[in-house]
Amino acid sequence: MYAYDELDRTIINERVEEFRDQVKRRLSGELTEDEFKMLRLQNGVYLQLHAYMFRVAIPYGTLSSEQLRRLAHVARKYDRGYGHFTTRQNIQFNWIKLAELPDALADLAEVGIHAMQTSGNNTRNVTSDQWAGVAPGEIEDPRIWSELLRQYTTLHPEFSFLPRKFKFAITASDHDRAAIKVHDIGLRLYKNEAGETGFEVLVGGGLGRTPFIGKTIKPFVHGHDLLSYVEAILRVYNQYGRRDNIYKARIKILVHELGIEKFAREVEEEWLQMRDSALAIDDSVIKDIRSRFTYPVYQKLPHMPDELKQAAHDPHFEAWRRNSVAPHKAPGYAIVTLSLKPVGGPPGDATADQMDAIADLADRYSFGEIRVGHEQNLALPHVARRDLPALWKALDRIGVATPNVNLVSDIIACPGLDYCSLANARSIPIAQELTRRFADHDTASLIGRLHINISGCINACGHHHVGHIGILGVEKNGEEFYQITIGGRADENAEVGTLIGPAVPYGDVADVIEDIVEAYLALRARPDELFVDTVKRLGVEPFKERVYATR
Amino acid sequence: MTSPLQQKIKITGPSVITANRTWDGIVIWRTTAKGWSADLSDAAIVRTADEARALLTESIADDVGAIGAYIAPVDLRDAGAIKPGNLREHIRSAGVTIDLPVPV
Ligand code: HEM
Ligand code: SF4
Repeated sequence: MYAYDELDRTIINERVEEFRDQVKRRLSGELTEDEFKMLRLQNGVYLQLHAYMFRVAIPYGTLSSEQLRRLAHVARKYDRGYGHFTTRQNIQFNWIKLAELPDALADLAEVGIHAMQTSGNNTRNVTSDQWAGVAPGEIEDPRIWSELLRQYTTLHPEFSFLPRKFKFAITASDHDRAAIKVHDIGLRLYKNEAGETGFEVLVGGGLGRTPFIGKTIKPFVHGHDLLSYVEAILRVYNQYGRRDNIYKARIKILVHELGIEKFAREVEEEWLQMRDSALAIDDSVIKDIRSRFTYPVYQKLPHMPDELKQAAHDPHFEAWRRNSVAPHKAPGYAIVTLSLKPVGGPPGDATADQMDAIADLADRYSFGEIRVGHEQNLALPHVARRDLPALWKALDRIGVATPNVNLVSDIIACPGLDYCSLANARSIPIAQELTRRFADHDTASLIGRLHINISGCINACGHHHVGHIGILGVEKNGEEFYQITIGGRADENAEVGTLIGPAVPYGDVADVIEDIVEAYLALRARPDELFVDTVKRLGVEPFKERVYATR
Repeated sequence: MTSPLQQKIKITGPSVITANRTWDGIVIWRTTAKGWSADLSDAAIVRTADEARALLTESIADDVGAIGAYIAPVDLRDAGAIKPGNLREHIRSAGVTIDLPVPV
């Protein structure tokens, strides 16, 4: 966990009071909506179809049990008893009243949570690997650097009015769980051949209307140069990014239009002028941030305790363990993923009661810490392996132990037309139907790892471009239609999926996905050839044939 | 952003003006009594672009009461009852098409 210092607490509290005053002036008519809109957006308040929506940041996906309980409280007191965890380590409340928002923000501020920069054309919540600090083989905890960037970019005047929103993601593992290649800036912490740690810096990734995979702009940047280098990128973007056309305003378009070499030269030139400025970070700064992260004191525990050996006879427990439990850097411990993808449920939603129960379980079994991942699931990062059977039972009782993590029913979906004012089509009911079709655990296990991602419009909040199967809602003559892509992926080998053919109507989507999955089962070379690998080997044709031959 | 009033207004059938109420965000419709109602059946119906522009102008003028006012299609074929004219408006008036995680 990271403990905010006095300065952070002051900033957050002052911000609440500032917003309280702005809301008051808005409700009295002193501020028009035109004047107020940007102010509310800077505090994470959108207008959706039915109500305001309130987006709260969970920096690098780390929450304390106290913070999670407070989110539950906000859901219960100011909303309708639930929240939606998003692909960018935020939580959204869908029914909040503007008049009550300042109180909700004040309640959150007491536990160090805020909604600053969760919207608007600024640097957004810095996201990271949800297993940061506990994944085996990690170079170092990437959240230290996420936190540095968070401090540096929060309320930074030069980055508060960028041409468009700007998103950072950081990982320090070989396997990228933070989707860094589809972010404006992706950072990969690694050790170079000389044994020094530093960052590979990627730039210009993004989804939305024009998806791009990020390109490496500099293969190695030392930690003490990180801020100056990032600032150089942001300056070049701020200067040349297109403000005249919202569809061309993201940095990915600039990088694409200039070409990565030219863009890199511009950045280098800018950087050389200031790399030794005040932005050069000395070790004491990092040391200070590091010291504010507290880590559990792990016990020496056995890898295979009796409790676990016994529970292994229960096939239900084993099914869950195989999918939800991951190795931990400390022997005798595990990382446990909590599935927010129950069969027939909306992906990523958690009720206030579930949040409270999870907070209690985190206190009991995970040193009071919870993580939020971009797949819209939660995790308990420090669970003793001997506690796994007891934890499983408790998680099952509150409906977050569906044994489907990384399987076909672990679907990422945006709110879509049920909530979102920009949507063309619904996402959630499509996801719900698919989870019912693939509810049988044996079938899902047979299929293996398969990510289905759904967005209700081209903005791609549901990451459809990088789903192994991507589903994108479009509108045709007032009806909901869906384009299907296959072969996308969001990890270290990120790729944008390929469209298989004409969009299909709402009622056909689940059948089409079943066809694609059946085709895969028939076509795969071996039982352990993943869906994406089969698509890579064979291309989209055989899948296309299967889907459209009879339609 | 271009104000809705500067945009060309074209309607293809009976329409209403809808918005969200400023203080709590709920969905509302402009009524014939120059007010707002949370019930679609109270909505004032417009049938021409001029009528629509007039009602929209009046609606937008109430900046304290409502936000994001726009023209939305309705369907009157069911014995004159006012029904939403498309799926989006149906969802806005009837609510989400799924069961909420916590029953209301
Ligand atoms: C009020 C609801 C929302 C609105 C109005 C909204 C708006 C947008 C827009 C306009 C874009 C496209 C930006 C661009 O291409 O420049 C976008 C992208 C994105 N949004 Fe949302 N969004 C909403 C909800 C969500 C939710 C629920 C999630 C997570 C589940 C999310 C995560 C993302 C992500 C990951 C992207 C694509 C990455 C990128 O920025 O290129 N958004 N959103
Ligand atoms: S992808 Fe489109 S429909 Fe889905 S949340 Fe984003 S803006 Fe809304």
